[in-house]
Amino acid sequence: MTARLLMHRAEALWLAALIHRVSGLALAAFLPLHFLTLGLAIENEARLENFLRWSDRPLVKLSEGVLLFVLAIHVFGGLRLLVIENLPWVGGQKWFAAIAAAVAILAAITFLVSVL
Amino acid sequence: MAEVLEVLLWRGGSNGRYQTYEVPRRANQTVLDVVTWVQRHLDATLSYRFACRVGMCGSCAMTVNGRPRWTCRTHVSKVAGGGRLTIGPIENLPVIKDLAVDMTAFFATWQAANGVFAPSATRAAPIARIAPENAARQAADAAIECINCAVCYAACDTVRWNPAYLGPAALNRAWTLLNDERDAGNAKRLAVIADDGGCYACHSHQSCQEHCPVGLNPTASIAGLKRRAMAAYLKGEIGS
Amino acid sequence: MNVRLYVWQRLTAAIMVPLALVHLIVIFFATRHGLSAAEILGRTRGSAAWAAFYGLFVAAIAVHVPIGLRTVLIEWTSLRRRHCDVAALAFGLLLAVTGLRAVAAVVLP
Repeated sequence: MTARLLMHRAEALWLAALIHRVSGLALAAFLPLHFLTLGLAIENEARLENFLRWSDRPLVKLSEGVLLFVLAIHVFGGLRLLVIENLPWVGGQKWFAAIAAAVAILAAITFLVSVL
Repeated sequence: MAEVLEVLLWRGGSNGRYQTYEVPRRANQTVLDVVTWVQRHLDATLSYRFACRVGMCGSCAMTVNGRPRWTCRTHVSKVAGGGRLTIGPIENLPVIKDLAVDMTAFFATWQAANGVFAPSATRAAPIARIAPENAARQAADAAIECINCAVCYAACDTVRWNPAYLGPAALNRAWTLLNDERDAGNAKRLAVIADDGGCYACHSHQSCQEHCPVGLNPTASIAGLKRRAMAAYLKGEIGS
Repeated sequence: MNVRLYVWQRLTAAIMVPLALVHLIVIFFATRHGLSAAEILGRTRGSAAWAAFYGLFVAAIAVHVPIGLRTVLIEWTSLRRRHCDVAALAFGLLLAVTGLRAVAAVVLP
């Protein structure tokens, strides 16, 4: 079989589910690093301070913006699922998915504008 | 309108390949017409399924340009952009030959989900009186028209990725029975649905709803199942 | 995914929605004001409120992430179900340990 048999993946809600999954995986990969970094404060404040100042660099701030988008889209996408699963069915789900994405992008841009 | 269609048809089993045929284009042609033309005029060894030809039986489901569809209800003019069609067997089921798949596993999920009415009375009992406005009856009616064509099953990536998953059709049917007050099998049914491979495996991609030729919404049915099974679990009616 | 895992995953998800949003606001505030490590720790050290907030957040994460990860392993790898269970559980323990250590690092006086 070839990939030509999988056009159902061209649908918006399939993409929304993929983004939800990939963002979850990205957050899962990020979290241990995040926790270990904060743990630097145990050793001494200076190490954490060094890290914070290193992270002032624009490229790091840009990555933080991406991270914020990833967290926001996972949370809003997850909220959309919680609504589907617990409240009476509402149609037009692809619009809700689009709104979730738009708000997440807006949040990330707001963050980047204020720190860069 | 071009005179001729370039049609790629899957030939062989799962290790087969696409073979190209040239089919004359006609007005109001359906994809089933195209497949039939090939079998009658070009290659009598082509294997495919159909029955009613009028969108009632669900036998003619095939993958057309990447999406599972009823070929008798798919007009060539709607899908053959550039005069080209790619037609294969539906996904997620073993290929017997060419465009025909083995539906056994699909029907097995039906049985596994307890998608069969369990009577609570005998023929001697009076007919059950159920008002059409009854909320549960309306929920069942909204999902009841399924004719087991397996298009939703073919479109579902969770079926593809999770061999234990019962799939949208079986779960949708279970939902209609859960809402049928005459049914006596709901305790057993809920236990199966709440287990691995049941409703909680669904990720709400809505590929099923998007492709159902009858306009059903298994995602919504499955969301209903999630609520019911969770309530039953929290009340201690089912374990896990 | 069965009903028991589902309930825990969705419950922790619901708990984390407000926690994550507050966290985003906190981070926004901290970066906007260019807070130094000393300034941040000055606010968090010895604070029962921050301890409770982030303690709860870490606990919820340590339950929520492994359940999701398990599903991804089952669907996208060829690992046996049992191995998916173990891998996910191990990752959950990693998150719990490193997470609680991080919370301790910033709230213990």
